[in-house]
Amino acid sequence: MATLNDYLVLSAVLFTIGAAGVFLRRNLITILLAVEIMLNAVNLTFVAFGRFHGSVDGQIIVFFVMTVAAAEAAVGLAIVIAMFRHRGTLNPEAFKTLKW
Amino acid sequence: MIPIVVAQIALLLFVFFMLLNSAAVMVYMERKVAALIQQRYGPYLVGPHGVLQPLADIVKLLFKEELRPKAADRYLFVLAPIISAAAAFAAFAVIPFGGDTTFFGLLEEPVPLQVADVNVAVLVIFAVASMSVYGIVLAGWSSNSKYSLLGALRSSAQMISYELSYGLALASVLVVAGSLSLRDIVDTQAGYWWGFIPKWSIFLQPIGFFVFLTAGIAETNRAPFDFPEAEQELVAGYHTEYSSMSFAMFFLAEYVNMVTVSAVATDLFLGGWHGPFLPESWGWIWFLIKLSGLLFFYIWIRWTLPRYRYDQLMAFGWKVLLPLAVINLLLTSAGVLYFGR
Amino acid sequence: MAGDLAFFYVFAAVAVGTSLLVIGQRNPIYSVLLLIASFGALAGLYVLLDAPFVAVTQIIVYAGAIMVLFLFVVMLLNAPREEPIDPERLVEPQGARWFGALLAVFLLVELGWAVARGSRALFGRASFDSVRVEQLSSVRFIGTVLYSDYAFAFEVTSILILVAMVGAVLLARRHEKEV
Repeated sequence: MATLNDYLVLSAVLFTIGAAGVFLRRNLITILLAVEIMLNAVNLTFVAFGRFHGSVDGQIIVFFVMTVAAAEAAVGLAIVIAMFRHRGTLNPEAFKTLKW
Repeated sequence: MIPIVVAQIALLLFVFFMLLNSAAVMVYMERKVAALIQQRYGPYLVGPHGVLQPLADIVKLLFKEELRPKAADRYLFVLAPIISAAAAFAAFAVIPFGGDTTFFGLLEEPVPLQVADVNVAVLVIFAVASMSVYGIVLAGWSSNSKYSLLGALRSSAQMISYELSYGLALASVLVVAGSLSLRDIVDTQAGYWWGFIPKWSIFLQPIGFFVFLTAGIAETNRAPFDFPEAEQELVAGYHTEYSSMSFAMFFLAEYVNMVTVSAVATDLFLGGWHGPFLPESWGWIWFLIKLSGLLFFYIWIRWTLPRYRYDQLMAFGWKVLLPLAVINLLLTSAGVLYFGR
Repeated sequence: MAGDLAFFYVFAAVAVGTSLLVIGQRNPIYSVLLLIASFGALAGLYVLLDAPFVAVTQIIVYAGAIMVLFLFVVMLLNAPREEPIDPERLVEPQGARWFGALLAVFLLVELGWAVARGSRALFGRASFDSVRVEQLSSVRFIGTVLYSDYAFAFEVTSILILVAMVGAVLLARRHEKEV
């Protein structure tokens, strides 16, 4: 039987992968995907802790996270589409007009 | 005595082969019924009354050359039909098709006629159905062809739109039955009202049944909603570039999906394996009869109704079917609150 | 149970492997598909944690809805493969590189230490006991809690979804004057 520690380590690894993805990739869509990986890593801790403490609150928070993730994906992708129309590229380094 | 595990593996294999078989039978029936409706003979050369025609078709498909467009994405082009077929078969795993049985005394303890009894079965079917979109989208995209891409985009938009009504129609049955397990839902439909009307959900949920079946036909991309493969406009839609076995897998997935939707409709609305005259252990015969009736309806409707226009399809899905499903769900919930279950 | 542990390692390996590939290659459409596989593995982990409802929701909402959205956008934009970075821009002061590498190693060690020591101190051996498993995996119980204790948050979420929907339509709309 896997212990809570195993789940926490796995979650930490997944979160790190997601964070690394945000830093490394230069494609707006892949960056959004990396954010999704991080959200899922956090979801996993919620469910694992909920299971550990014998409460369903962890699972319910996951539902809220999913709803927020859906909203985030919809708005985020709409922004990506608008930006792609504007510049014709998905490279985040192309959008630096506000940088001094 | 045969241990339970062996019986369950046997059951699994049996269901798998019966699903393969059902696709073959459906192809034959489809052509025969179409011929009947159009006053032709249909296939009659291979075997008596052409019953071996599906076999001949399979042999032909197996030995055809496997073509892959040069510009196609190599991995996804191969993956797409596999996803389609796998999703189609996976959904049937949670569908119960008969009561508990000991297989004529072969087993000590009765096993349920179902591959996997999951307590969130209805949602599993929904989840697997949402996966089958990927098979079609990837097929359309990876083929790198206009017709395929257009077919895939139409198809996925259609499936996503109708999935909402499909889910809401399911939800209204769940509210009545008070369970997410298909086995429990079927069991609430046993017995009769006033001694002669069977307690099937269809009598409580006529609107729900209509919405479910319409959305189901749209989900499986069948006429009159067969836009993804509208021959006159799109050649063959998302599987234009496929040939040989990979085409056969799409074909198989389409027919297995029809069987799955009909089986779910039987379990949810038509009382599953419950019916008069037959003892409980022979209930699967009732299940088969109801399933065949629904499948015949599928074929019947395909060869009777012309195809919608695409904007009509979307308008119908969003402006008619979805509000109908929402109103039905509200009325059902109000009814359950007022009368109790 | 040994079987459970084996399943945990299989699902964990799939989740980590596919996630690494999501950020490890340049074709966005493969990234999307690999992330779906990763979500499938996570759904398996949720089943192991006696949360079948979350597992199925994960597939329906994440893999079935959100990822379709991503796939659509990738296809519609015909998103190109990411270009490798310009090698000239990689030349940076040596000190910063060394410092960055050192910091990364330090953080990794610290994280490992914290997870290994901290959680053991807090939760003992931290194995899951079998109390209230029946209740935890019951959809009925989850629904009761969701619609009583969390009713307000639930309603607010629906407004969030509405705002997101309007926002997405407004943002992605083509403005006639500008184009």
